[in-house]
Order: sequence, then structure tokens, then C-alpha cells
Amino acid sequence: MAVLVIAEHNNSSLKPATLNAVAAATEISKAGAGDIHILVAGAACRPAADAAAKIAGVAKVLIADDAAYGHGLAENVAPLLVSLAPQYSHVLAPATTQGKNLMPRVAALLDVMQISDISGVVSTDTFVRPIYAGNALATVQSKDAIKIITVRGTAFPPVEGEGSTAPVEAVSGPGAAGLSEFVRAELSKSERPELTSARVIVSGGRGMQSGDNFHLLEAVADKLGAAVGASRAAVDAGFVPNDYQVGQTGKIVAPELYIAVGISGAIQHLAGMKDSKVIVAINKDEEAPIFQIADYGLVGDLFKILPELDAELAKRNS
Amino acid sequence: MKALVAVKRVVDYNVKVRVKADHTGVETANVKMSMNPFDEIAIEEALRLREAGTVEEVIAFSAGVQQCQETIRTALAMGADRGVLVLTDVELQPLAVAKLLKAVIEKESPEIVIIGKQAIDDDCNQTGQMLAALLGWPQATFASKLSISSGSAEVTREVDGGLETIKLKMPAVVTTDLRLNEPRYASLPNIMKAKKKPIDTFTPEDLGVDVTPRLVTLKVEEPAKRQGGVKVGSVEELVTKLKTEARVI
Repeated sequence: MAVLVIAEHNNSSLKPATLNAVAAATEISKAGAGDIHILVAGAACRPAADAAAKIAGVAKVLIADDAAYGHGLAENVAPLLVSLAPQYSHVLAPATTQGKNLMPRVAALLDVMQISDISGVVSTDTFVRPIYAGNALATVQSKDAIKIITVRGTAFPPVEGEGSTAPVEAVSGPGAAGLSEFVRAELSKSERPELTSARVIVSGGRGMQSGDNFHLLEAVADKLGAAVGASRAAVDAGFVPNDYQVGQTGKIVAPELYIAVGISGAIQHLAGMKDSKVIVAINKDEEAPIFQIADYGLVGDLFKILPELDAELAKRNS
Repeated sequence: MKALVAVKRVVDYNVKVRVKADHTGVETANVKMSMNPFDEIAIEEALRLREAGTVEEVIAFSAGVQQCQETIRTALAMGADRGVLVLTDVELQPLAVAKLLKAVIEKESPEIVIIGKQAIDDDCNQTGQMLAALLGWPQATFASKLSISSGSAEVTREVDGGLETIKLKMPAVVTTDLRLNEPRYASLPNIMKAKKKPIDTFTPEDLGVDVTPRLVTLKVEEPAKRQGGVKVGSVEELVTKLKTEARVI
């Protein structure tokens, strides 16, 4: 039977996490499952569906275009998935806040146990997933007929998003459940790359001392084309908004380069970034746990080091 | 109205967990156990609703082995009014917990259920959403602000792009994120008082719920260890190494 991937999108374009979820679906397909279909549920979401049709390895795109699906309310979208699911052996979504909100609701309605945040595919019914903030990896086998899965994006390199031409087929569901309504969104606006897909991330912690001081990090980030992240401590202190948080219960990232500034390295933070290819730590406390996992450590005052780093990068860029 | 809060007994967040030598799980013998931190936030939110006069009674629920009673006592010491414990030695997975919760909710008829968004042991992030599905209630996950008035709840949620506010018909399930509140500490007099608060105990059989695990854990392993690297002496050396050795900039 086929594998269904739930696309993450904003109606006009696809979010990069979709490509990582398709990568996981591709592994499941190769392990013995069938074709990969992708569902774009939204309102006026044809552009996102057209983008999904170009993804490598996708055999068919399902579009459910309905005002009720515009904001991705789980109460409305879950019944649509429940109606589609019996045609599939696996239903996957990225382990984003959207996927985490929606998929357990679908799983319970189907009376199956979800497999959360998988980081590996062993076979069509067996998967690897991190537990205890990634300090252990569990290999779990599902005994349910339909596998409801969320995918840890950093564990599956994205498939190619261009080049394919899958057919797009309209589907419809019951529409609005009348239980919930969208009121408003306050989304952070940034010209910088998204945290979860950035090649370089510069993150600040409690050591930054204030939100204003984050401009020092931003200057360095802009020289590197990097996203800006933060530890929980910095978010709790109100230095930066919640969507900056990297960690066990925030965003999981694995960029080519992660620069941790003024972050001591609590296990909950390490859980969100320890799969980065190269880690740099800048901290005044040479005993800080972050140095135990950093490839390059620089001990010193970040308020001196960041301007120096900014100047050094400017010098080399010119 | 009543509020019901589910609390889970987990390995304390400060403990560095160790994988068992036989790869069947992680070591929990002689390890400090605590209430899941997100559930402390859930209890705190329910107590604040009671203090604001929105809620009359706060019920703390837990399921699992006998020691889960201690976790309920912690909730009672924070200020919850009474407890419900479902006793079982079977490994409980989120779908089973959601079914147990549903059975208790049908007895107790709370109008709001508040649960931590995820437990820091299995990191599943499922129970609240599953419970809402089984009850046919709306859900607000990852809440950072909750206000209740005249039959509806307005909830601000922490989402990947920032914040999102939704409105739910009551009754509803809310799962907590870190910024919802700062949980209080239990005072010594309240810890003493909590010992006298009632806890009703059931078994899954009493509630007619099949809790058989659907996922079988085949093995648990330690992830590859990351080796610490080198300390550099200057910004210039750092940038040179990133360019020529690591080749990432």
C-alpha cells in the first residue's frame, strides 16, 4: 500500500520540512511499502500543491482546498486524514508544531499508537526514535495496521524539490468541525533563513544578558548568512521570542555550523543541536559543559569576542 | 467547573540517563524521579484558574505503578484538591493513557483538561491530542496563554513561526508549553496537608480499558558520542580553522 505524506505549507509555498518527511517516506517505500502520495490540505493552496507535484519520488498529489483547512486546525483536518488513511499503510508528517499537533489526533481516531519523531527506518514496521532528550535511541516495532508517524527532519536529508511532475487530484473531507476557530497569528518576521533549514546557526544564551545585546549576534549571523537561535534560558528571560528556542522541546537543528554564544550547554539544549556537523562554543566559563561537545571552543568575554568575530569575518569577506 | 490535570512520574530532568547494559531500556533503579516539568506547569495553570474563581476544583490524575501516588501527592501539595490514580504495572503508552483519562473524565465531567505538552522521558508529545480526539473535544497544544470566558477558551500557542491564538468551545483539552507560567513550590504546611487529601484508585480493568502496548521496544541504545574538540586561542585562529580545516564558512 501507498505512503501518504502530509505537506507543511502556508498555502502559497511548501515548507522545507516537507522534503525531509518525503525522504523518510522514500526509505519506507524502498523497504517494501508502495508509492508516495502527498496531501496538501489548505485554503487556496493550489500553489503549494503545484510545488508538491515537483518533489522527487512523489507519485501523486492530493489537494484538499477548503476554507476550513486554511489554518491547519487539527479538529478540521484530522477527520479528512481519517477518511484517507485506510488507503495507506503509512501516514507521515514532519515533527513540526503543525505535525505534532495534528497527527496524534489522527492516530487516536484510528485507534493506533503514533510513532513520534522517527530518526531512522529499519523496516516498514520498525523505526528508530530518540528518547530522553536524545540520550537514548529506541528501536520500536508497531503492531498497528496503519503507521502514523512524525519525522525528525534533521535525520533525513531533504529530497530534491524540483524536477518531477506528479498529477494533482482533488479530495474533500467533512470540512469544519465547529469546535475551534483561528483568531490571529503573530509570526516573527525575519530576512534570515529558517532555523530548521539554515546551513549556519548562531545561538545566544543567558550570557547575552539582554535582548538588545542580540544585535551583536545578528551582525555575525548576517556575515555568515546564518539563522539566529537561542537557549531556553534566553527565551524565558524574554531576550528573544519563543520561536528562537533550540532544544529538546523547542526546535531540533543540525546545521553545517552551529555557533553557541553564552550558552552553558544544559542537556535539554544539547538535545536540540548536538547533531550539527561543526559546533563552536564561545563562553567565559571554561568548565561549561558545551565545551565537551564543541569542535572549537573559545574561552572569553562574548562582548569582546563577538565584535572581533564580526570584524574578522568582514575583513575576510572583503 | 472542574479542571482535571494529568501528571506523569518521570526521571528527574537533571539526571543524566544511562542505557541499561542489556539494551532493554534506561536505568531507572535508584534514580531520582519527579513530576514531568510540563505537568507542573499544567497544575499551576489549573490552580491559577481556581484562584481566579473560574474553576472550583482541581483533580490530579496519574497512571502507572504504585509510586505514581507520590507524583499525585506532589500535585496535591502544590494545591490540587484530590487525586485519581490508575494502578498498573503494564508499560503505558500515550494511546492507553488517553483511554484511561477518557474513562475517568466520563466519571468526573471536568470542563477543562490541562496536560503537559510532552513527557521528558519518552518525548512522545501525544497524550493531550489523543485524549481530545477520543472525547471529540477541541485541543490547544503548546499553550503560552490561556483565558476562559463564557463557554470558550482563548489560547495562545507557541508554534514554529511565532505565536498563534485560537478559540475553542468548552470543554477542551489544553497542553502546556514552557512560558505558560512559573510553577509554585509546595510549602511545608501544604505538603503536610496533602497527605490527608483523598486519592481514588482504580485499575484499567475497573475502567474497562485495554492498555496493552501497541509499540514493542526491540532495543534501546546509546547514541554515538560526540568527541570534544580543541580550544582555540583567538578569533582569528577560530575563523581560519572554520575556513581551512572544517571548511564550513
